[in-house]
Amino acid sequence: MAAIRERLSGMDIAELRRRAAWAEAELFNLGITFTVYSEKDSIDRILPFDLIPRIISAREWSHVERGVKQRVAALNLFLHDIYHDQKILRDGVVPADLVTGNANFRPEMVGLDVPGGVYVHVNGTDLVRDENGRFLVLEDNARTPSGVSYVIENRHMMLRVLPDLIGDAKLRSVDAYGPQLRAALAELVPETARRGYDEPQVVLLSPGIYNSAYFEHVFLAREMGVPLVEGNDLFVDEHRVYMRTVAGPRRVDAIYRRLNDDFLDPDVFRPDSQLGVRGLMEAWRRGQVVIANAVGTGVADDKAIYAYMPRIIRYYLDEDAILDNVPTHICREPEGLAYTLDHLAELVVKPVGESGGYGLLIGPHASSAELDDFRGRLKADPANYISQPVIKLSVSPTLCEDGIEPRHVDLRPFAITGKSTWVLPGGLSRVALRKGSLVVNSSQGGGSKDTWVLA
Amino acid sequence: MKEGVAFVSDRPLHLLSRYAQSIVWLARYMERIENLARVIDVTETFSRTGAAGNAWRSVVQINADEERFFERYAHADARSVSDFYVLDRDNPTSIASMIMVARENARTLRPLISTEMWSHINVFTNTVRQLRPADIGAANISGLCAMLKQQCQTHWGITEGTFYRDQGWYFYTIGKYLERGDQTTRLVDIKYHTLLPGDAAIGSAADHSQWNAVLRAAAGYHAFRRAMPQGAFNPASVAGFLLLNNAFPRSLVLTLRQVYGALNQLRTDYSLRGSEGCLERLDELRAALADQTIEQIIIRGLHEFLDWVQRQLMFLHDDIANAFWRPRPMETTPTGASAQQSLAPGSMTQSMGGMTQSLEQVGTSQVPGQNQD
Repeated sequence: MAAIRERLSGMDIAELRRRAAWAEAELFNLGITFTVYSEKDSIDRILPFDLIPRIISAREWSHVERGVKQRVAALNLFLHDIYHDQKILRDGVVPADLVTGNANFRPEMVGLDVPGGVYVHVNGTDLVRDENGRFLVLEDNARTPSGVSYVIENRHMMLRVLPDLIGDAKLRSVDAYGPQLRAALAELVPETARRGYDEPQVVLLSPGIYNSAYFEHVFLAREMGVPLVEGNDLFVDEHRVYMRTVAGPRRVDAIYRRLNDDFLDPDVFRPDSQLGVRGLMEAWRRGQVVIANAVGTGVADDKAIYAYMPRIIRYYLDEDAILDNVPTHICREPEGLAYTLDHLAELVVKPVGESGGYGLLIGPHASSAELDDFRGRLKADPANYISQPVIKLSVSPTLCEDGIEPRHVDLRPFAITGKSTWVLPGGLSRVALRKGSLVVNSSQGGGSKDTWVLA
Repeated sequence: MKEGVAFVSDRPLHLLSRYAQSIVWLARYMERIENLARVIDVTETFSRTGAAGNAWRSVVQINADEERFFERYAHADARSVSDFYVLDRDNPTSIASMIMVARENARTLRPLISTEMWSHINVFTNTVRQLRPADIGAANISGLCAMLKQQCQTHWGITEGTFYRDQGWYFYTIGKYLERGDQTTRLVDIKYHTLLPGDAAIGSAADHSQWNAVLRAAAGYHAFRRAMPQGAFNPASVAGFLLLNNAFPRSLVLTLRQVYGALNQLRTDYSLRGSEGCLERLDELRAALADQTIEQIIIRGLHEFLDWVQRQLMFLHDDIANAFWRPRPMETTPTGASAQQSLAPGSMTQSMGGMTQSLEQVGTSQVPGQNQD
């Protein structure tokens, strides 16, 4: 790692900038873009790419990897339980209303047996590091986590524009993601649905070219070597799924879908959906197809459930969580509420039902009137809130206007689960390019970096 | 020795119907852009020889765009026609519009086409997007047409060198040559039908130079000379060459042979039975061409003949669409090939202009259906 640092400091800023400009032009010409549609035009934007890699040592990575695997195992066991016997609710570990009353809880899933008991085939775990360098889980993304294409493209870009930085450093490769995902889905196809010697047919189901993540869908379909299909390409006949080809219908055994639950099957969910496939849920229920990720996983990555994840891990696996949560106080519990009320000025308080930062209180930035007001709301409806300390996010060196400066980063490792779980070495490092900003989202001035896991 | 090769099923992965449709249209639009650039270029040459007559108007006519054109412009001249066919993004038959549609198709095909194809189409699209009115001025139009032709040829070169040779390749070939054949008939038509309404000028110096220009627009001048060292430039020799020559890459006969070859490969190599009906129609069309000389065609009426060919090509496109991608009544068995349907040709065949994808397509949904985590 020291050698890499030395090589980096040997490069002057003008040279780095020249290469950064080259990288951005490449990304644009390759169409590695997300698309913003206006009335008449479509604007393709690239996700800004920072040239300076974020480096993770082998030891640090092995800790993250074990922690992610543990978390995925617990999420799958939890989902199976809440859609079957609901032991964890009956044992009072997680309040039943948080689960069954959750908007993301899908009654259609109750009693449905998914192949291999896997609900979360692809999981993205958002991590941050605190001021002590400890990795903490910020949230789970168990629905349709996106961004993995940037991980792989960033590495390719890095090898093209900055090959001299890597030198003789041994990096863990990121190329296996596509084959791993295809294999994971194929191995879950039940024996009863297999057709002799043929390899199971896996497809990727996309909402189509107007979806802002279409590039990633294409990228993954190519990496997996499977057809990218849209809803209209598929149909269900006698509970079997087919795709329409120039030779007539062909069987489909597993679907990696990048379509929300709501749109998946107009027979079961939104009847106006033209993006989904009629009869798909019933085919799934009868074990004729693998669908990844399963429907109804949104209940597990919800903010309300997040607070319980350390207990969920202990409940199913009888282990302590390897990766800690950001310390979270559950206000529906008396001690959590008392602590929150006592330390309100130091805490971030979040309503559990909302997303996107609505109704949030950032204690250190609030006036005393705002604090008083919030205290009232907390007491009136404590069950709706959790609180967390303000985390001082770690930073990573980043090429900025005034040279190389520290900027806040997070990390999203991607885990693939078939009969076992595999974690892509590294993950998506997002960086807040604005000085002092903690927001890494691409819509708000965020960019990404290549993430190097040293072998 | 180590055995390093895993067993791979040789059962072909059949192309999604939707991809077949997009490939055909990508190929058609790229070919059409090239040919439109050729037509504009040759018309510009006509007008420089001073014998333009209504040459610019004829461009609008052969594309059957009169109605839409004259809604926007009072006169068909170099400026208005170039604007309409190069820059005007409200005109679906302009190069600016067609490159966007080509790119949308390429976007749909991203999982299939090579990164180099995609990257070039992006660069080409951005070049066309940046064209300004000054670029179609008299001083620049010829250079612009040359650039457009070259970009299309680059696309084809990249495609030839990088596009995987499976069913998709044959559909690309079908689209490309169907379009090229259609465009060749239009190029012949522009000269014959509209430039010289009266017989008086036939054989004149202007007539001679215009046939010469048509040949050059089709990049056929030297080939023509080689094939007919003593041949004079007259309607029979030039139209005959462009329509019936067996070796010229833009001749109608040759393009049909290419389409036939691709359809036949789909039938034999991939057992795609849908090819059969298409091949039948193509057989008839090729037989009709083989049965008559250019003199006979001219006596019966060249323009009428070209119209007829264009209609046959539309029917053929329709047959292909019906066989490979139009929604069919649902088959109940996975392998049961549906009976070949002879659906009536779709509405687009009523238009005498080039077919467009939007007319062919059954409305597809464009509802964005997903929020990312």
